[in-house]
Amino acid sequence: MTDIATNAADTAELPRARTDWLPLLLVPALALLALPFIGNPSSWVTLTVAGLAMGMMIFLMASGLTLVFGLMDIINFGHGVFISLGAYATLIVLGPLAAWGQADSLGLNLALMGLCILVAMALTAAVGAVFERVIVRPVYGSHLKQILVTMGGLIVTEQAIHAIWGASPIPIALPASLRGAYVLGDIVMERYRVFAVVIGLVVFAGMELLLNRTRIGLLIRAGVENPEMVEALGYRIRRLFVSVFVAGSALAGLGGVMWAFYRQTLTAGMGMEVMVLVFIVIIIGGLGSVGGCFVGSLLVALVANYVGFLAPKLALISNILVMALVLVWRPQGLFPVARR
Amino acid sequence: MSEVLLQLEGVHTHIGPYHILHGVDCAIPAGGLTVLLGRNGAGKTTTLRTIMGLWQASSGRIRFDGLDISKAPTPDIARAGIAYVPESMAIFTDLTVRENIVLAARSGPVDSGRLDWMLGLFPALKRFWNLPAGNLSGGQKQMLAIARAIAEPRRLLLVDEPTKGLAPVMVRSMIEAFRALKAAGETILLVEQNFYAASALGDHVLVMDDGRIAHSGAMSDLVADPVLQQRLLGLSLDAHQ
Ligand SMILES: Nc1ncnc2c1ncn2[C@@H]1O[C@H](COP(=O)(O)OP(=O)(O)O)[C@@H](O)[C@H]1O
Ligand SMILES: [Mg+2]
Repeated sequence: MTDIATNAADTAELPRARTDWLPLLLVPALALLALPFIGNPSSWVTLTVAGLAMGMMIFLMASGLTLVFGLMDIINFGHGVFISLGAYATLIVLGPLAAWGQADSLGLNLALMGLCILVAMALTAAVGAVFERVIVRPVYGSHLKQILVTMGGLIVTEQAIHAIWGASPIPIALPASLRGAYVLGDIVMERYRVFAVVIGLVVFAGMELLLNRTRIGLLIRAGVENPEMVEALGYRIRRLFVSVFVAGSALAGLGGVMWAFYRQTLTAGMGMEVMVLVFIVIIIGGLGSVGGCFVGSLLVALVANYVGFLAPKLALISNILVMALVLVWRPQGLFPVARR
Repeated sequence: MSEVLLQLEGVHTHIGPYHILHGVDCAIPAGGLTVLLGRNGAGKTTTLRTIMGLWQASSGRIRFDGLDISKAPTPDIARAGIAYVPESMAIFTDLTVRENIVLAARSGPVDSGRLDWMLGLFPALKRFWNLPAGNLSGGQKQMLAIARAIAEPRRLLLVDEPTKGLAPVMVRSMIEAFRALKAAGETILLVEQNFYAASALGDHVLVMDDGRIAHSGAMSDLVADPVLQQRLLGLSLDAHQ
């Protein structure tokens, strides 16, 4: 075969792969920066673990939404409902199996958590499929309609939760082995927070593997960048989108379970309440970026915890402040996703 | 003239409120390279996008190998055997060169003979194989976009201005690559503003103006007829060589 197109291309400088480490360094940098202000190392560990746990839960709740937005340019204000629904789904399991949570057995306790997660994800996946079909599909291409219609879906589903489980808050109990704290000297780490960090890390690693090592992951990344070209290569992106929407709903359901056990109280509006944070972290991360969403979640949660400790009066605006600072630095978010 | 592979009959395309294509009629024969010429804004890109189903024709008919694809969704048109290299190239910058090719081979891994052939056409891609495609230069991106279109056997390649913005040395490389594609028996519809490249490659030529086909014929006839060139394109070949 003739060797063509060599001259120009081969004299060109070999481009170097740019891995963008800076945003990843923000999290440890922030934690180290906070240490001298907080002073006491044991308080610092406690706050940091609390922040990481909180961040992981926000990440679980937000990761699906960022992909849905990135892939199909859909603004889903109804996403919060999957969080509430996932939280309430624990009742389906806790009702008949409450004894497993009281049992003095790590195995039974974890099995109960596992079942709660499974049932919640199955339920939110199913409701997500219906939500996509009935509510989202008719409003492609119009952001205004999406906002209105998905808000409508949110209200209807919240009312459905009221109708099924009642309007008053419902307390739920953590499984026995997840209560209390690990104590190392004067350092105290709540067990459930450590558990939340582990779950968050596992889900993040799983998503990164899926996105980077599988064909469907490649398709999702390509679709986030240019859905039209993915179709021009012969892929039916509609199916891909439905799968991502359903998976994103299930992840929100998982986040809902984790959030529910953290608060130990269920309210139908609990999903909607965290949506402000969810939107903040997907904007900070860069719309469509799972890695950015992860870093953004940790940043927001750590800052909230540190500021809550150092200057409680500022806690309310700290999230907005983090977002403003990140956007001044990178207007498209930490990991801007290239689009057409 | 050989068998017709793609036929457009009275194709009108609207983009929103704008009426862009005003009844495009043309036939692309199987085998060989057809150049689509025409000034900026004539409707060349819109024609390719309409064939690909990225804009829906508002009336008229598009037939590919006897199959009516006027109303078909884009993925089905691609699956029928049409590959598209858009003007913007639309490579996936976040994916590596390898991942771009892997995705383009929809029906499974690229067989090694084909891969060698592709990388023989565009050796630069081999060197950047595992780098994010966003790091490539403009010319290299164009090579990747074309490689993606031929990653699996297709029956028709639609290529939109592949030499746009390239340095002269890259234009020459690109022309060589298209010669090799022709030699391999590919059928190509090439939008090309560079008349030097167009006349070097074209077997057939279509000239578009204001959303219609203004001229259709053999490229050799157009090259041999300065008066016709002047009338259709407002240029002479000499001036652009
Ligand atoms: N997305 C669009 N919205 C509105 N008008 C468009 C759009 N794309 C192209 N046009 C118009 O359609 C006409 C033909 O454009 P195009 O097909 O891109 O021409 P060419 O590729 O021949 O330069 C131009 O007048 C252009 O302004
Ligand atoms: Mg054009």
